Amino acid sequence: MKLTVNGEAHEVAAATLAELLAALDYEGDWLATAVNSDLVHKANRAEFQLSDGDRIEILSPMQGG
Amino acid sequence: MFDLLGTNLSSRLLLGTAQYPSPAILADAVKASGTSVVTVSLRREMAGGRAGEQFWSLIRSLGVKILPNTAGCHSVKEAVTTAKMAREVFGTSWIKLEVIGNHDTLQPDVFGLVEAARILCDDGFTVFPYTTDDLVVAERLLEAGCKVLMPWCAPIGSALGPVNIMALRSMRGHFPDVPLIVDAGLGRPSHAATVMELGFDAVLLNTAIARAADPVGMARAFGKAVDAGREAFSSGMLEPRDVAVPSTPTIGRAVFS
Repeated sequence: MKLTVNGEAHEVAAATLAELLAALDYEGDWLATAVNSDLVHKANRAEFQLSDGDRIEILSPMQGG
Repeated sequence: MFDLLGTNLSSRLLLGTAQYPSPAILADAVKASGTSVVTVSLRREMAGGRAGEQFWSLIRSLGVKILPNTAGCHSVKEAVTTAKMAREVFGTSWIKLEVIGNHDTLQPDVFGLVEAARILCDDGFTVFPYTTDDLVVAERLLEAGCKVLMPWCAPIGSALGPVNIMALRSMRGHFPDVPLIVDAGLGRPSHAATVMELGFDAVLLNTAIARAADPVGMARAFGKAVDAGREAFSSGMLEPRDVAVPSTPTIGRAVFS
């Protein structure tokens, strides 16, 4: 499946968002996720089925003004 | 103590966390400023990265309240989604709402701002809108559900200080009961004191402290200026006069000729 993760193209076998995070070595309760510009709650990642072409954003706390 | 929307804060200075020379200097500057609210953001994390965790751990250790922002968002959709992501990560419904409308001035897209504010207020957020000093936009933001307004006094990072005192004074006069926080454009402690003397409830700044030669010293200076400006406002300042008025009593003055 072809996905765009944080702006970069990836080809991964992951079926769900939780599997994608594990496959790409993302872990931690400080991460926030969105698929195709909509928030996917942490609690829903395991059930969230990914589709070819999905755009995923994985964000974490950063300095800000 | 300063009651901001039901939260007691020990300082009227809200501080940004970006651009400091090091995490240690950021932590020292937060303490020196006396602030009890800091702004943070969300950015893309690297695969296997720990940058977010380290920063988040530092911020939590400071014991201050968190005000996440939607900095860099140029559309309503981006801002709303970022706000929702921030609420999940930071565990607060407070959001500093930025919808940027111009790359050069970083001025807010006030039309998108009002639209995003309405969506977020309806969703239970406490929205701190980064706005201009336009009274009509301010009215619309209040109608959308905002309980606080954050007008700029000059473009973000410009250090120009209040470029339109009349507009700020007008805003204070029109919204006597709405918490007003000057956000963006302050360069010097005297700028902060000036807007506090106008009766603004607080200031939010970042660059003027973070990019100073000594951010910790500048944080302390801004903290004092904010306190001084507020106390001056509360104490009733003398109105300027065009004529001299002797301060020393004239009665009892000796006559030598």
